[in-house]
Amino acid sequence: MALAEEFGTRSDAGHVSPSACPACAVAPSAERLAELSRPVQARLMLSLPTAHCAACMSTVENGLQAVPGVQSARVNLTQRRVSVDADPEITAESLIPILAGLGYEAHELDPGLLSTTETDRQGRELLMRLGVAGFAMMNVMLLSVAVWSGAGDATRDLFHWVSAAIALPTVVFAGQPFFKSAWASLRVGRLGMDVPISLAIILASSISLFETFNAGEHAYFDAAVMLTFFLLAGRYLDHRTRAVARSAAEELAALEVPRAIRVVEGTEQTVAISALAVGDVVRVRPGGRMPVDGEVISGMSEVDRSLLTGESLPAMAAPGTMVAAGEINLTGPLMVRVIAAGRESSLHRMADLVAVAESTKTKYTSLAERAARAYSPLVHLLSFGAFGYWMWATGGDMRYAINISAAVLIITCPCALGLAVPAVVTAASGKLFRKGLLIKDGTALERLAEVDYVVFDKTGTLTLGAPMPTNLDSLPSEALAVALALAAGSSHPLAVALARAAAVPPALVTDLQEVPGYGVEARLDGQTVRLGRAEWVGATQAEETATYLSVAGQTHAILFADKLRPGAETAVAAMKAAGLRLVLLSGDAPAPVADMAARLGIAEFAAGKLPAEKVAHVKALQNQGHKVLMVGDGLNDTAALAQAHVSISPASALDAARTASDIVLLGQDMAPIADALRIAKQSTRRIRENFALSAGYNVIAVPLALMGLATPLMAALAMSASSITVSLNALRLR
Amino acid sequence: MEILTILIPVSLLLGGIGLGAFFWALKTKQFEDPQGDAARILKTDYDDHPKP
Repeated sequence: MALAEEFGTRSDAGHVSPSACPACAVAPSAERLAELSRPVQARLMLSLPTAHCAACMSTVENGLQAVPGVQSARVNLTQRRVSVDADPEITAESLIPILAGLGYEAHELDPGLLSTTETDRQGRELLMRLGVAGFAMMNVMLLSVAVWSGAGDATRDLFHWVSAAIALPTVVFAGQPFFKSAWASLRVGRLGMDVPISLAIILASSISLFETFNAGEHAYFDAAVMLTFFLLAGRYLDHRTRAVARSAAEELAALEVPRAIRVVEGTEQTVAISALAVGDVVRVRPGGRMPVDGEVISGMSEVDRSLLTGESLPAMAAPGTMVAAGEINLTGPLMVRVIAAGRESSLHRMADLVAVAESTKTKYTSLAERAARAYSPLVHLLSFGAFGYWMWATGGDMRYAINISAAVLIITCPCALGLAVPAVVTAASGKLFRKGLLIKDGTALERLAEVDYVVFDKTGTLTLGAPMPTNLDSLPSEALAVALALAAGSSHPLAVALARAAAVPPALVTDLQEVPGYGVEARLDGQTVRLGRAEWVGATQAEETATYLSVAGQTHAILFADKLRPGAETAVAAMKAAGLRLVLLSGDAPAPVADMAARLGIAEFAAGKLPAEKVAHVKALQNQGHKVLMVGDGLNDTAALAQAHVSISPASALDAARTASDIVLLGQDMAPIADALRIAKQSTRRIRENFALSAGYNVIAVPLALMGLATPLMAALAMSASSITVSLNALRLR
Repeated sequence: MEILTILIPVSLLLGGIGLGAFFWALKTKQFEDPQGDAARILKTDYDDHPKP
């Protein structure tokens, strides 16, 4: 189809150009044919969490289009993505460094996982209903104004009939979401918010139709349509917040493109992880993540288990060592025989555990649910009460009694209630998204506002998982020069950090070679010098993360501390200022944990915590009546994240951890957490104010409706005034 | 008041055109990237036609 269109425009263009032979315009030239038969170009998707302005779009688009092989690039600023049409040989990995050069952090996305079509369709449907309701509302309102300002007799009846012709189809089409959900809740015997709404819409429409037939004075067509419009507006806002969160969550899942290198009879092939079976052999490159649980069959290396256990010290991997999915291979290539893959792997079992923990977690009743629970029986009671009373008072005038009970239903004004929460949540999550926080759950802000205890994880959460040498000043400069020369020969994170940090010229060494799993060795003036693990070098193991140097018969320990996440100090200080109690729970050794706690000024801390102990700690705090906020990233935090009242994880966290948490920190900076706490408090206050406002309108209008003094004009005024006040109040969020 | 028989259909027609325009905008995906479109109009680089 697209190809046909393209072809059509192309031959058109050929027609216009003066051509010597008429046949040329009919038969596409060889060049054109070649262009058309080119292999289908690949569409790449990259996420750009830091893009935010018009200049960013130009920089990224022009920068990518300058890359040979890229046909077009388009930034979507709302979703912070760039989609690139490029020749098949261009890969996302090759574009990431280019974007980094332009100053933008980028991550590859798996376009297959970004199937937003379903939510897209729903959102568009809601928007269409909203458009129809808006159109009908305007027209019916124009006609109603004439009636309110005194049109009588035949004119009034004509206007009522025209209104009916517009309003009834609108109500039938636009009101469907409410009717469906009301029916669904009635079938299971519950009285949801949508039951009084549907009842009000249907009753208002039918009583108005009846009145119009009998040339009556009052018709509520405008009220019925307006009710539909305002409630759809609330529904749409609600849907959009959830859709944004869902697509961003999908985006996070799509960040991990699951591939593995399978070795079959000496040849390597890249396959999806789902295609691996038990017994296959996979090759894991240095720097790569273990795709499966397995046993090392050849190769020597070190593995970083910090995401799984919180340990910052890498562990040794040799033939026979068991490795688990999610661990990072550091120094040497490893061949791993698959023991469990996909759904069976430890990563997935952990995710399943989290799912269980989440489903058993006592469900939080949101403010909106609590309001609806109090509100809907009251409305029905009032309406039926009015009906009964007026039946008795008028001696059986059914028409009058139904009129009043419909007026009561309309005037109780669920519109403001329907807008009270979505308007605030939309405003707040939009504000937080711009600061780099993604609210995954609609009630997360309400829960965050109640928090009084914060539990932190250390590795990867308060720190970046990037070590920095701490005692370079205390080393003799000759030793430092040798260490530097050795570090240049390895891609181990400690070696890389050392090479980056030191500012002395490296010594001249020869025969530099890496011994995977142990370290680096070389010859200096005929002597062997080594940098690596303590037992290999012949040094005694220190308590902190360290690498060891042996030179001229002496050994030196080079100590490392993890680099603090930017904004961690700000966030911790703000939390302390807000009177929250903080505790640091880590799976790491006691020394680095104590050091970190002292650096940030966190008084309570505990080291060497296993995943189950973390959950137990959170549970114990909850049993004491605390509302716990858990901030963590590792697999060892996942269960605790699911257990806590509300949880936050950074975007660098494992998939399972991000799934378990309510809020995801999109950038590296941690400072937005402090903003989130403030905005959460504020938005909960706004929600309460909104409920109070709409209740206030009801307190004034309902007695009038009960007394039979309500007019359609009054209903229209109360409805629009309360909806607008509520929306404006939501926008006051700072 | 006979004028109403013309005015009411005319007003409905005008409103209907607006509604049609809204449906068209919805169908042609003009609400995909509101933030980006708002910023794109202020870009300084010159282009002859909108990007696909």
